[in-house]
Amino acid sequence: MWKRAADPMELPLVLLIGLLTAVATWLMLSRNLIRLLLGFGVLGNAVNLSIFVAGRLTRDTPPLVPLDAETIAGAFANPLPQALVLTAIVIGFGLLAFALVLAWVAYERLGTVRTDEMRVAEPPEEKA
Amino acid sequence: MSSLILRAGTRILAPMMIMLSLFLLWRGHNLPGGGFIGGLVATSAIALQGIAFGPASMRRTLVFSPAVIAGAGVLIAALSALPAALAGLPFFTGLWLKLDLGNGAVLPLSTPLLFDIGVYLTVIGGVCTLIAALEEEPALDDVETGG
Amino acid sequence: MMAGWLAAFVLVVPILSTGATTLAHGVPRLQGWLSLLGSYLLLVVSVALLVVVLRDGMVVLQSGNWAAPFGITFAVDSLGAVMTVIAAITGAACLTFGLGEIGEAERRAWFHPLSHVLLLGVCGAFLTGDLFNLYVWFEVMLIASFGLMTVGGTKAQIDGAVKYVALNLVATLMFLLAVALIYGLTGTLNFADIARSVPAVSNRGLLTAAATLLMAAFGMKAAVFPLFFWLPAAYHTPLVSVSAVFAGLLTKVGVYALIRAFTLLFTHDPGWTHTLLLWIAGLTMVTGVLGAAAQTEMRRILSWHIISQIGYMVMGLALATPLGLIGSVFYLVHHIIVKANLFLIAGVAARLTGSMELKRIGGLYRSAPWLGVLFFIPAFSLAGFPPLSGFWAKLVLVRAALEIGSWWIAAAALVTGLLTIYSMTKIWAEAFWKPHPAGESAARPLGEAPTVMLLPISALAAGTVVIGLFAQPFYVVAERAALELLDPASYIAAVLGGAR
Repeated sequence: MWKRAADPMELPLVLLIGLLTAVATWLMLSRNLIRLLLGFGVLGNAVNLSIFVAGRLTRDTPPLVPLDAETIAGAFANPLPQALVLTAIVIGFGLLAFALVLAWVAYERLGTVRTDEMRVAEPPEEKA
Repeated sequence: MSSLILRAGTRILAPMMIMLSLFLLWRGHNLPGGGFIGGLVATSAIALQGIAFGPASMRRTLVFSPAVIAGAGVLIAALSALPAALAGLPFFTGLWLKLDLGNGAVLPLSTPLLFDIGVYLTVIGGVCTLIAALEEEPALDDVETGG
Repeated sequence: MMAGWLAAFVLVVPILSTGATTLAHGVPRLQGWLSLLGSYLLLVVSVALLVVVLRDGMVVLQSGNWAAPFGITFAVDSLGAVMTVIAAITGAACLTFGLGEIGEAERRAWFHPLSHVLLLGVCGAFLTGDLFNLYVWFEVMLIASFGLMTVGGTKAQIDGAVKYVALNLVATLMFLLAVALIYGLTGTLNFADIARSVPAVSNRGLLTAAATLLMAAFGMKAAVFPLFFWLPAAYHTPLVSVSAVFAGLLTKVGVYALIRAFTLLFTHDPGWTHTLLLWIAGLTMVTGVLGAAAQTEMRRILSWHIISQIGYMVMGLALATPLGLIGSVFYLVHHIIVKANLFLIAGVAARLTGSMELKRIGGLYRSAPWLGVLFFIPAFSLAGFPPLSGFWAKLVLVRAALEIGSWWIAAAALVTGLLTIYSMTKIWAEAFWKPHPAGESAARPLGEAPTVMLLPISALAAGTVVIGLFAQPFYVVAERAALELLDPASYIAAVLGGAR
């Protein structure tokens, strides 16, 4: 199915994905809601890049059919990863936008962005 | 924000951005562009208007509430899937109507274009709802019923 | 062709309802009626789809007339069709209930359009035959559920929503990463095409890693051990009609996705994946039911029970025998109806007594004995009393476990059932039996609850009794769905046409 040799750009991209994932994990382990959301944004980029790499890197022509032709002559880049990544970016953007509004409302109403201080919905603590 | 440069610039830029968004929407199906990107460009124009002249002006520009625009977009996009039923083809199959304008000019109208128009409106409506929610007070805090 | 359009209409109807209820936002009565009409229309269309699927076999829809695996395929087998019907029933019941519950403020917060977007996402997830498309439907469902969760905007809701949103965002990215890995390994995202390509993948280790990642992503949506903590932190906070839809449907979409993934896509290494699932199932059951025992708020008790019940469904999948899968499918159907109903009943009980907190309420048996009857039916069905629906579901699962000698999981299932009775009797004793702490007249009679709230509760309770007394036809459908799941070859042939 995939016969092409790996492109030399693959390794740097993979390392970048690793770095982004590490940064995101560190951010998301924080108790601060804003850091968690920033981590979500960074991790989203790492995941989108991995979809891009999973579609294989090539240096062929863009997958656009010329106006006066029915098909593309010769090898062309895989068009699917772009479509997938675009969709994923849009969805990620929507989710992040909602989450940020929610964090803002949470800050206004609950007076904190620290997740360990948000206990309104939890049962009251037992007095020891 | 009140800046003369921003306001003067917006007066020139915003109409041009709307034109560009319509151009992108129109050429979209087989060339780079489309309803989504067109909608985003149009939203940028409206957001620019909102930043330069305030959220109230943005609402006036939109005429309808952003959510209504998004709802209409969703309806149009869904309706574009249906004409294929009349042709006995599966859901969402693209259909083209090539209008001959004379002189060899052909105006291709299609259900993908209708779908793109729906997406265009949905994006404008959806993103403007978000911007409005962020620029004005969050809509959540007018109710408090126990907890 | 006609059948394909029927499947398409299951998606078109909620889209149209969303658009229509959005446009009618300024006209409250019209919006309410359109919303109700949309939900019942969805019920009609999905029942028609189920009838067609049971009569003529799998319905495959290649949207846009693009041949699989290039376009987005919708493939409806018996399981997908059954789940769609159940989703439509839950949606219709909860929107009917909502007429009595939501006020102007909640309506203005887009309750109706969001509900239909949620139903759209759920139905899309049940019908799709494409992994990336499944991701999109999950997100449609998720963003709508975020909106619904905060309808009302109380402090508790925002607190619950923060936890719900945070953990679901993580699950989303895990899902997407698994999609990337699977796409990289197989070069396709169409379910049937992935299933066909999996045996030829040379990097077995990475394949299993991708499968496990997918299991974690779906598992978080399904709220299995140890990924369930968002659920009891959030499900008791939204409106009753919202939490009933969530309780009935959302986690079950995760279970459905698990079933799809681990019967169709990843059966290459059952020694790892299915054994892991079996352990998860056992631990989920036991932790869920023990968690429930410690709670004193009605909806929190019920939320913990969702978790323990998810364990049963995963158990049937993990056993991967015909009987096990029959049990899972039967359990899914039974559970959605029963659990949505219990949440609705908790809502009515709270309306009549003033709180969900068991310490602060009581006296319902005296003031509203019929609510007691309505509570008994789903509660005892949940615990597995014959002849109610839960009994048959548990019976099949326990037999399936004993059949292959997994006595410990059978024991866990039985103990969990026993402990479920403890929680249900706790609700009974506290909310119904003991007098109301604020005095005799603090518990209101049933007549004070709006009829639109009692109708869906009675209908769902009747459904529970019918499934229990006339289990045979339901068992036959579940059996058929299970046998289809165990025969991926015909799924692949139906989608890809056997060619290539």
